[in-house]
Amino acid sequence: MAVNRDSHVQVRIQNSADIVAARQQGRALASQAGFSHSNLTIIATAISEVARNIVEYAKEGEVIITLITDASKRGVEIVASDAGPGIADLTSVMRDGFSTGKGLGIGLPGARRLMDEFAIASAVGSGTVVTMKKWVA
Amino acid sequence: MAVPILKQRHHLIASIQSALSDQDLLGLRDDLARLVGQHRALGVIIDVTALDVLDSFATRTLRAIAYMTKLRGAETVIVGIQPDVALAMVQLGLTLEDVLTALDLEEGLALLDQRLEESHGSQ
Repeated sequence: MAVNRDSHVQVRIQNSADIVAARQQGRALASQAGFSHSNLTIIATAISEVARNIVEYAKEGEVIITLITDASKRGVEIVASDAGPGIADLTSVMRDGFSTGKGLGIGLPGARRLMDEFAIASAVGSGTVVTMKKWVA
Repeated sequence: MAVPILKQRHHLIASIQSALSDQDLLGLRDDLARLVGQHRALGVIIDVTALDVLDSFATRTLRAIAYMTKLRGAETVIVGIQPDVALAMVQLGLTLEDVLTALDLEEGLALLDQRLEESHGSQ
């Protein structure tokens, strides 16, 4: 059965204050799906990491958080996209400790650990899209 | 939004009131590095009870603050990390390594006093 998409929020990411806005709005929306308090914190943290990735490497982009249902499962989908320089070596980027920027190199692999599903697509010169999902247990 | 920093005896207490942007965190770092010297502080407490997320940047900045204040002669204790925040940090793979932590402000002050007593006792 296809995943159904319900309400969503879209946050433009241009600076570090937008990272805070994205995780706050994402948390508020996800709370409607019935996540536990600790899972809401985990979702907000994952949003923070992918939004920070946009600010650090692409300068600007957007984060879209959507409530989803699949059969009887409810959850949340987070899509972080940018039209930045893209990532040449996705395997390295997903390895802990790899960083070309100011970060710890923990952002993307860390976000993957926090969520149930994680996918990244990128092309050099045209940008990066991170899609991740978490389901209500 | 600037974090208010209070002085209590020879300690500085930074009490975070709401979510902080990266810029706010860097502002806190710079304020504390300056104020430790200005007030000749021996201890710093950063109360993060109000924070609902400690991501990689926030963790790295707290760690940097602890090391910087140490170089200026003051111990830093992070207090009030919420249980959900601690869980998310562990799953994300973040550590505060050898930075001192305590459950709350009261425990943090007790820890600082204890450390100061120990260092005076060893002289």
